[in-house]
Amino acid sequence: MNRYPLWKYVTVAIALVFGFIYTLPNFFGESPAVQVSSAKVTLKVDATTQARVEEALAGAGITHDGIQLDPVGVKARFKDTDTQLKAKDAIERAFNPDSSNPQYVVALNLLTASPQWLTSLNALPMYLGLDLRGGVHFLLQVDMPGALTKRLDSTSADLRSLLRDKNLRHGGINREGERIVIKFRDAETRTAASKVLGDNAADLALAEAGQGDDLRLIATLKPEAGKKIAEFAIKQNINTLHNRINELGVAEPIIQQQGADRIVVQLPGVQDTAKAKDILGRTATLEIRMVDDSPGAIEAGLAGNPPFGTEVYTERGGSPLLVKKQVVLTGDRLTDAQPGFDGQTNEPAVHLTLDSAGARIFKDVTRDNVGKRMAILLIEKGKGEVVTAPVIRTEIGGGRVQISGRMTTAEANDVALLLRAGSLAAPMDIIEERTIGPSLGAENIERGFKSTMWGFLAIAVFMIAYYQVVGLISVVALASNLLLLVALLSLLQATLTLPGIAAIALTLGMAIDANVLINERIREELRAGMTPQAAISEGYERAFGTILDSNITTLIAGLALLIFGSGPVRGFAVVHCLGILTSIFSAVVVSRAMINLVYGRQKKLTKVAIGTVWKEGISAVNGRKQG
Amino acid sequence: MEFFRIKKDIPFMRHALVFNVISLITFVLAVFFLATKGLHLSVEFTGGTLIEVKYQQSADLEKVRGAMSKNGFTDYTVQNFGSSQDVMIRLPLRGTEDSAQQGERVMQALAAEAPGASLQRVEFVGPQVGKELAENGALALLVVIVGIMIYLASRFEWRFSIAAIIANLHDVIIILGFFAAFQWEFSLSVLAAVLAVLGYSVNESVVVFDRVRETFKKVRGLTTPQVLDHAITSTISRTIITHGSTQVMVLSMLVFGGETLYYFSLALTIGILFGIYSSVLVASPLVMWLGVSREQFIKPKKAVAEGATDDGACV
Repeated sequence: MNRYPLWKYVTVAIALVFGFIYTLPNFFGESPAVQVSSAKVTLKVDATTQARVEEALAGAGITHDGIQLDPVGVKARFKDTDTQLKAKDAIERAFNPDSSNPQYVVALNLLTASPQWLTSLNALPMYLGLDLRGGVHFLLQVDMPGALTKRLDSTSADLRSLLRDKNLRHGGINREGERIVIKFRDAETRTAASKVLGDNAADLALAEAGQGDDLRLIATLKPEAGKKIAEFAIKQNINTLHNRINELGVAEPIIQQQGADRIVVQLPGVQDTAKAKDILGRTATLEIRMVDDSPGAIEAGLAGNPPFGTEVYTERGGSPLLVKKQVVLTGDRLTDAQPGFDGQTNEPAVHLTLDSAGARIFKDVTRDNVGKRMAILLIEKGKGEVVTAPVIRTEIGGGRVQISGRMTTAEANDVALLLRAGSLAAPMDIIEERTIGPSLGAENIERGFKSTMWGFLAIAVFMIAYYQVVGLISVVALASNLLLLVALLSLLQATLTLPGIAAIALTLGMAIDANVLINERIREELRAGMTPQAAISEGYERAFGTILDSNITTLIAGLALLIFGSGPVRGFAVVHCLGILTSIFSAVVVSRAMINLVYGRQKKLTKVAIGTVWKEGISAVNGRKQG
Repeated sequence: MEFFRIKKDIPFMRHALVFNVISLITFVLAVFFLATKGLHLSVEFTGGTLIEVKYQQSADLEKVRGAMSKNGFTDYTVQNFGSSQDVMIRLPLRGTEDSAQQGERVMQALAAEAPGASLQRVEFVGPQVGKELAENGALALLVVIVGIMIYLASRFEWRFSIAAIIANLHDVIIILGFFAAFQWEFSLSVLAAVLAVLGYSVNESVVVFDRVRETFKKVRGLTTPQVLDHAITSTISRTIITHGSTQVMVLSMLVFGGETLYYFSLALTIGILFGIYSSVLVASPLVMWLGVSREQFIKPKKAVAEGATDDGACV
């Protein structure tokens, strides 16, 4: 009765082999490596890049432990971190001769040191969370109302040029909160404008208001357009973050959307949070607006009441300036920004390239405003600064613009980097930050490992002492549970955190429950006078229902944590839930297979080594059952 | 080796009232502490900044405090944790503007006034996140309770499901009571521990209830208290060994796990100890008082046949 068909043994054996193979990579540790990946979409990393890496290393006289090419980039391993650092410098020099405009991301990384055949089976070590490997975690909140306002601002500029093209006279276009208000002098123009807008601006819902001389058309964004803008804003921001982080040189950054309006950024191994935050948090964008130089206006502005539609700014290192609120061009129209020098004055400058729409607008504006001044503003964290406000001498076509004016070379580099990295579609705020030092990470791994090991050993010693051979089988089943759980975590590449390690320990502590239930049942049946073989069979049979019930209730709690938890709670829940599943398998199937192997074949089994079974006291109920 | 050589069923149910009164007193105390002292919520829930630094030598806390005040920080706390070299600095939320930058400013202040500190960990949580976490935590608790009640009601009987939930919720309140009474820090991982305990100690009730159901089906002529006594007595050996094993694991975490796992394992320890007590000695009497009886488990048809022939496996 205690025999398994062959297929069951085979299943158990396959599961254990699978567990062993996928757990294996965790024992090989990691070797330091340098990773080269592309910083530009147009640039592909291929075999030639690999050859260049080899060449660069050979040129610097650095020996490597192997170079590999994968979809992420070229990775070269080294025997220690000193060589790794030297190699990084050498490769950096070879690949990015111009440090202000990097073509490639050269970053330090750690690669698994497990043999090739394991890696080709997709057997990788567990993916460690930031609290175990050190690094920075940011949660960024995208300011959606900000994105909508920004969109409305540029829409009102579009409307202005649209109405002018159609020769429709209006009395002013202004954004008031979440609406754009267009004033008209007569009803015919308003009707005509309403038709034009209806045809050309599908995103807007139009409503008429006012009477007599004061006729208005009120445009608001349609809800679905608002939703589209929000989706676009978050995508654009993620893109921009990707670009900016590329400039930081991080090996395996994680940039993901979380919920409707949040972005998670994880930078493993980054310690300089100030720099990272600086790069991430800078919401620099460019705006080109006209300067109001009408006489007396600036005095009024400085006195605290600037003329309608203008704002006072201070020019970099210079005098106050009255700038119109109306935006001519924004950084969205920018395709490239490079630091350089002014051809005539030799001052540091930033050269901008505009896209075709931007180039056209710029051409129109410069043509219409020859002799006037134009302000180039750098908007950072909602605060604007006039970088320069040159006088327009001639019409500027071709979309090439140069910003210069009281900048140092370093500043020019910075401005160019920020502009090039793309502007954010909406401002973002850091609402959560976690930084873990590398030594704390290593300490956390050790703590988690020690807790699990000592706990496991204590349980093993007790189980073997108390249940003897059957106890040993329970311990082996528990060990196979650990093996399967680690294998599953490695295979799924689920992020392992310190709470996750705690969950492994706790799962082991709880998983032994199933075996205790079974063993106690077997003892009980023996006590009631059953033959050993029958007792084993009955013990497993009867305990199974209980094991199932108790694990399902635990699983309900685990799933709730998984659904509602975030951060550390989620890390705990993932491991906890997986652990419950593996523990049912190992406690019931694996231990049974072993018991069957040990005892199942003996026809006349007289004794099961399950420790002392106290037979004297038969409880009232057992007595009745027998009678 | 065998720990429990029990000759007769222990008459637990005779003392049912005593157990419940003890548990009621603990419960009331826990509620009292929760109401008067409240939970000492971690930065994760309240929002704010937490900075952990390590010094090579013993840290001079006065110097660190001086550095903080000098640089215009207010309402901060500076304390040792773990060892005399580790210092933890907490800052409350200020205007949203500069909160995210506080970590760097503190490090600059320390570098100037109390040099030698290396940054171990910074945690900054904005106000909106903390509120969400608290809401999600409450929601998770609710889902666990409802989920377990539905499962137990379908698998056993509504009386069992109510008794188990009352017993286990009271564990949760007691754990929270301890955290309030001693003002231990209640963090996200403690919340995880509390919910894990909820699932875990229901476990315990399930094992006993399973036995109750089996005994009702198999043995006739026993009163309800006798059945409960028998169920508890015959599982007590397993109860002690299982919880002992889990507790050994938790103890190992308590000793080796360091600061991060300390309160997590402390919550588990309390949960396990009270979990045994409540799910055995509180849940069972509740089932009895709710009026559980043999008829609820025997199908009418089978009642004519001999109950004992039923093999007692799960239905």
